[in-house]
Amino acid sequence: MLELLFTDYTIRTVALGAAILGCVSGALGTFAVLREQSLLGDAVSHAALPGIVLAYMLTSSKASIVLMLGAGVFGALATGLVLSVTSQTRIKFDTALGIALSVFFGFGLVLLTFMQKRPDANQAGLETFLFGQAAALVSSDVITMAVIGLCAMIVTAFFWKEFKIASFDPDFGKTLGLRMNFVQGVLMVLFVLAIVIGLEAVGVVLMSALLIGPAAAARQWTDRLSLMFVLAAIIGAASGVTGALISSTGSALPTGPIIVLCAGVFVAISLLFAPRRGLTWRWLREWRNGHRLRMEAVLLDLYALASQHERPDYPHEAAVLDLMAHPITGSARSLTALEDRGLVARVGETQWSLTQAGVARVDAIVADRFEGGAMHGGKSVAIRHDT
Amino acid sequence: MTPEQIEIQLVACAVAAACAMPGVFLILRKMAMMSDAISHAILPGIVLAFFAVGELHSPWLIAGAAVAGLATVVLVESISSTRLVKEDAAIGLVFPVLFSVGVLLIAKFAGDIHLDTDAVLTGELAFAPFDRLTIGGVDFGPKSLVTMLTIGFVNAVFIATFYKELKLATFDAGMAASLGFAPVVLHYVLMALVSITAVGAFDAVGSILVVAFMIGPPACGYLLTDRLSTMMLISVGFGLLSAISGYWVAHALDASIAGCMASAVGVLFLVTVAVAPGRGLLSVVRRQSRQRWAFAEKMLAIHLKQHEGLPEEARENRAAHLQEHLRWEAEFARSVVRRAVEDGFVEDDAGFLHLTKAGRVLASETVVDA
Repeated sequence: MLELLFTDYTIRTVALGAAILGCVSGALGTFAVLREQSLLGDAVSHAALPGIVLAYMLTSSKASIVLMLGAGVFGALATGLVLSVTSQTRIKFDTALGIALSVFFGFGLVLLTFMQKRPDANQAGLETFLFGQAAALVSSDVITMAVIGLCAMIVTAFFWKEFKIASFDPDFGKTLGLRMNFVQGVLMVLFVLAIVIGLEAVGVVLMSALLIGPAAAARQWTDRLSLMFVLAAIIGAASGVTGALISSTGSALPTGPIIVLCAGVFVAISLLFAPRRGLTWRWLREWRNGHRLRMEAVLLDLYALASQHERPDYPHEAAVLDLMAHPITGSARSLTALEDRGLVARVGETQWSLTQAGVARVDAIVADRFEGGAMHGGKSVAIRHDT
Repeated sequence: MTPEQIEIQLVACAVAAACAMPGVFLILRKMAMMSDAISHAILPGIVLAFFAVGELHSPWLIAGAAVAGLATVVLVESISSTRLVKEDAAIGLVFPVLFSVGVLLIAKFAGDIHLDTDAVLTGELAFAPFDRLTIGGVDFGPKSLVTMLTIGFVNAVFIATFYKELKLATFDAGMAASLGFAPVVLHYVLMALVSITAVGAFDAVGSILVVAFMIGPPACGYLLTDRLSTMMLISVGFGLLSAISGYWVAHALDASIAGCMASAVGVLFLVTVAVAPGRGLLSVVRRQSRQRWAFAEKMLAIHLKQHEGLPEEARENRAAHLQEHLRWEAEFARSVVRRAVEDGFVEDDAGFLHLTKAGRVLASETVVDA
């Protein structure tokens, strides 16, 4: 499949287009995800439909720059309406998004029926905007996408610091005298551009996933905005290329869904396996902590029992320790682990006692947990003083 | 009106009413986009159920779709509960993935049957009257009408039965939990209703109109009232209104019925946003302007009182001086003085301003003397 990337002209065009759109939407999606405006992309991409249809009706041209212009105008209009309605009335953001999405799309459907009635109706290419058809990309489309994408990246580089503040603390930006409304406006325009260049390949319905997916995946690997931005761009491009290749080699499956599934796989991998934040790491950490705490509990139990006798290495039955331990996990595994560490020693068949190192460790634990705390002089420590 | 036209409107009205009821709770719980997610994500459920039973009009398809709808809710919540991604991002990730699975299943295995993905989005209300439910030779009307009336009835019964619980769980989930009302169970039942409603409706009107009917009319209600019960009534009323007006616009223009209905929802919402008493844009603008003048008049009164009877009074309390002292534009200062004179707070003695009794009261009401 990969050699086709270098030999087949069509596939190379398609893959390049998908890579550009994945890259741009992934990178700009970073800001949307951080600003908790992930679903704005969904509303904008649906709202673009009437713009696309209207642009075609007015110009009878299916050149992607014309359709993108129409899509961009309506996408920006929808964004502006959503933001102003949420800021001026008590309508919530999600409600405004839902209304914008369905109403604009509905209006687009109305326009579509008008268009279908025209004698020169040749709207075949327009339906690809619903679900996307990367195979329909030609090199002029790719050039348009590349130019728009490059412009978006240059503007982002220019406004990097402002975008960073807008993503994390817009109020702080305002106090610094930055014109945050203007900055957010620029960000919105770029966001609309990213959506617009993806619509033809991915389609209206699924475009939002291409904005959110790469950014959400990238977020798991880093806490630095710049790194997240670059990672999201790479993941987006990778999803785009993989999806475009699978879809254009033989199977004739629609491109959009495959790209979205690729992005979904990246998200799943990131959620599960990203270092530190990932779920696997979290489970491992929780299991380790649990194991350590259970071990310490058994050690302290043994110490508490022994402290009622004349010497700290006085042996006790495993059954007694079991009773004192967590009812499900018991004490057997903790005891073996403690034995491996030389903190307890087996005495006979069923009895256990603290070693010298074990006593020292108990002292350390008690000091660590209760030093200066409310428990000082309390029960656990008092036992030691009594004996 | 032909019987078909009446039946199309009845179906649309049933859909609008059935959608508005759970929609009210969706927007109050800030989960409006869940309707969008569910109405898209039911696609793989329908496709898989179709593969299992092999026929397009089996009730199992509705069951499959409802399961997929609930799966969406569960998936979104389990992803956002890891706190690795925010809830909105989780919604935006889950439904496109599920929808993609549905589209691909159709493209791969069912390319030749009538399970058109366009129809999922747009629906075809005009065909509703031709798919009739007949039991033992008796015609019960269009199938989608019967389905939607049933679903609407179930929604109404559920909401009426658990009205108090839903209300509390919506506005104060913590208190509902502490009183033992199980808000989580209610939440999932509500989501199940949303799923079933979306499933029943999308066959007739498409998922976009489902979203429009679920969010639009309740949003209008939210702007018009503070009472849950009134909001519910307004939502249903506005839903019916947009369904019927949308139908006639579509009829007049010979355009997509679902599209016209969604547009009608949009027009109703815009009108409501503009003119809603107290909360609409017009009243907000009017209130802001009123407050601006009232505040300026108070400032003027305070300023005049501050210098009243003091040596600098002759210099400070002149209309021309306000520009400098209060940093007002000349035009604005003149308007404030004119308004203050009209309201009887100030007397303008050829450019020298002094407070009336009412003006002195206004100033001392506003600032407590040191």
